[in-house]
Amino acid sequence: MPLFLNEDQQMLHDSAAEFMKGEAPVAHLREFRDKQCKDGFSHALWKQFSEMGFTGILIGEEEGGLGLGHVEAGVVLEEVGRNLTPSPFLTTAVAGVEALNAGGKPLRERYFPGILSGDTVLALAVDEGPKHRPDQISMAATREGNGFKLDGKKQFVVQGGSADMLIVAARTSGSVGDDKGLTLFAVDANAQGLSKDSARLVDSAMAAHMQFDGVLVDADAVIGEVDEGDAVLRRLLNAGRSGAAAETLGVGAGAMDITVDYIKGRSQFGTLIGSFQALQHRISHLYSEMEIARATVLKAQQMLDEGSSKAEMMVSVAKAKAGKATALSVKEGVQMHGGVGMTDEYDIGLYMKRDRALQEFMGDVNYHTNLVAEMHGY
Amino acid sequence: MSDLETFRSETAAWLEANCPPEMRQPMVDESDACWGGRNATFKPGQKEWLDIMAAKGWTVPDWPKEYGGGGLSRAEAKILGQEMARLKCRSPLSSFGIWMLGPALLHFGTEEQKKHFLPPIARGEIRWCQGYSEPGSGSDLASLQTSAVDQGDHFLVNGQKIWTSYADKADWIFCLTRTDKNEKHKGITFMLFDMASEGVSTKPIVLISGQSAFCETFFDDVKVPKEYGEGVSSVVYEVNKGWDVAKYLLGHERSMISGGGSEGSTSLGAKFADQYGRDEMGRLDDPMLRAQMAEMDIDVLAFRAMAERFGDTFKAGLCHPAQPNMMKYAGTEINKRRHELIMSAGGSEVLEWESEASNGGLTARGWLRTKANSIEGGTSEVMLNVVSKQILHLPGA
Repeated sequence: MPLFLNEDQQMLHDSAAEFMKGEAPVAHLREFRDKQCKDGFSHALWKQFSEMGFTGILIGEEEGGLGLGHVEAGVVLEEVGRNLTPSPFLTTAVAGVEALNAGGKPLRERYFPGILSGDTVLALAVDEGPKHRPDQISMAATREGNGFKLDGKKQFVVQGGSADMLIVAARTSGSVGDDKGLTLFAVDANAQGLSKDSARLVDSAMAAHMQFDGVLVDADAVIGEVDEGDAVLRRLLNAGRSGAAAETLGVGAGAMDITVDYIKGRSQFGTLIGSFQALQHRISHLYSEMEIARATVLKAQQMLDEGSSKAEMMVSVAKAKAGKATALSVKEGVQMHGGVGMTDEYDIGLYMKRDRALQEFMGDVNYHTNLVAEMHGY
Repeated sequence: MSDLETFRSETAAWLEANCPPEMRQPMVDESDACWGGRNATFKPGQKEWLDIMAAKGWTVPDWPKEYGGGGLSRAEAKILGQEMARLKCRSPLSSFGIWMLGPALLHFGTEEQKKHFLPPIARGEIRWCQGYSEPGSGSDLASLQTSAVDQGDHFLVNGQKIWTSYADKADWIFCLTRTDKNEKHKGITFMLFDMASEGVSTKPIVLISGQSAFCETFFDDVKVPKEYGEGVSSVVYEVNKGWDVAKYLLGHERSMISGGGSEGSTSLGAKFADQYGRDEMGRLDDPMLRAQMAEMDIDVLAFRAMAERFGDTFKAGLCHPAQPNMMKYAGTEINKRRHELIMSAGGSEVLEWESEASNGGLTARGWLRTKANSIEGGTSEVMLNVVSKQILHLPGA
């Protein structure tokens, strides 16, 4: 498979780009931020995502979706990133759907129709501390009657306050750090004993701290098999990380584009500042980094779609490389904008904020760099 | 099985059956590469491997068959490359004819030129060198002064080239000459001639690595015939249009040098962990070095994806024409960093310059060699200038 978008994927790209630019450009993010929206995103826009078919990209055709892959999800996510579009797309339609794809049919039949219609929102309750450490999950799920009882806390549950269902990773056996013994649950957001405390983040998204005090779930809430949640979690994380890498790429590319435009229009010392070699070399280096990140992200997505055994390595490479390149893009962007880069009026600062949040989502550069060393056996 | 899967299994079986065992050992240094040519010296297995691959056209798998190539599609050539890498088969032939002149001739050459010059390149019979840089024309290549004066049936060439890779070992040269002193870019001609011609001399340049891969090349009243037989002109494209050929070819050169970024199929960290020691978790026993190794692994794997994408988009005509400049910049900078890391990991042992244990200072010399990567074929700074202007369309100073 050549490492560029095929004709169908290019068409999807064109329509996603037009849609996001038309319906949810940066002004849309500003609108939802300024009205202090409690969800941090527009439910009407989520409906439109459904009408465009985006929410069904990873849902099989026999279940009413498009039956497409991670490349196509990434095509949409890059445009989401480029426009800083607030939406539950990554958590619900990419990572959430992929976790449910690893589970049984009853759960899919329960949640997919709502996702396809743009009514249902999922959130991912994985992290328990300030850094992403899925190998250190300690939330307890103990057997209780026909089901399980959940106790513990989760944090950085993005859009956790607006979600209808939470995908919760908890330990049903073994001890912290063991590969086996994790189980993933589909937990109703209104379950008794669950308390949520939402906070607005630097990028205007909403994320919740959650406390689980004896939250009871039925056995049919288990996604996949009891104690075998590592396989489900792995699919969720691979989808989420490659998706986050694609969204990050869009953020970096968007920031680079507006910066290139800015230095082509801003004059000082009687000349355009974009003519200065001091800026030209830095932004051309950035271009090079962004191009490499783009190739890496697409490679990871293709490998996931092919079911390659080395896909997980490439997903970590992609999250790290896109993270590094985009961090450079937003930092250079603010610096090259000069004083106006510090103002709320200009968009470049919003790109910096979104990048910061995406860096932490599902593992930052250091986390994935360490994973790459581990996967290489050192 | 699909056609491509069949091709893959047949190719693998053929390689297994035909690749000499010596040619499946990793190359230790540049001297293990087979360059062919009139005065070629072969190490065991090299000649056999070259001849059998050339007979299949697989020294140049994607060139047309009539010019000595294998006539493979992009997908098939990719599979051949993958299978050769998987089975650890060495490349049968290293050649500036294949990497640089060939693509230029395929694009700009006449049918007669292609038939005359390409098959001996594919068979490894003629070794070429490139005459571009001059003492006064480095980054500003188009200011070159080596003159070629029209004398009716021949050109009279006078001047000096520098940084001519392996000029002392090459049979023929593709050379940029000045045919119009009143023009800059539009007064340059791309010419082919025999290094055995009277008036050509070479002098190796000793580098900081102690090696001498580059030469100074002198032309003193060299007579270059206008034709080498019916319709086989010594000028590629047209007189005074050599800059078009040079620019096209620089693209190939830049993507070739950039290949250094993807060199080394194994992870540096995995390699050094055994020799360095591991902690109780099995991790490389120096956290800072381990982190740098992992960063390098990421950059190498990422650049390899970039190289694949570059190749795919290039063949499909979707690649920005100035993209090779970005590839050259990124690939050479990664390669330099990689060798810095190898030196750091090796510590005092790799400082040895003349010892048996260090194989004659192989690591240190290799490290110093990479410093040329971001200078030869256009400096990193020139690459960034080109990206700024041609891709990002930034204004001129």
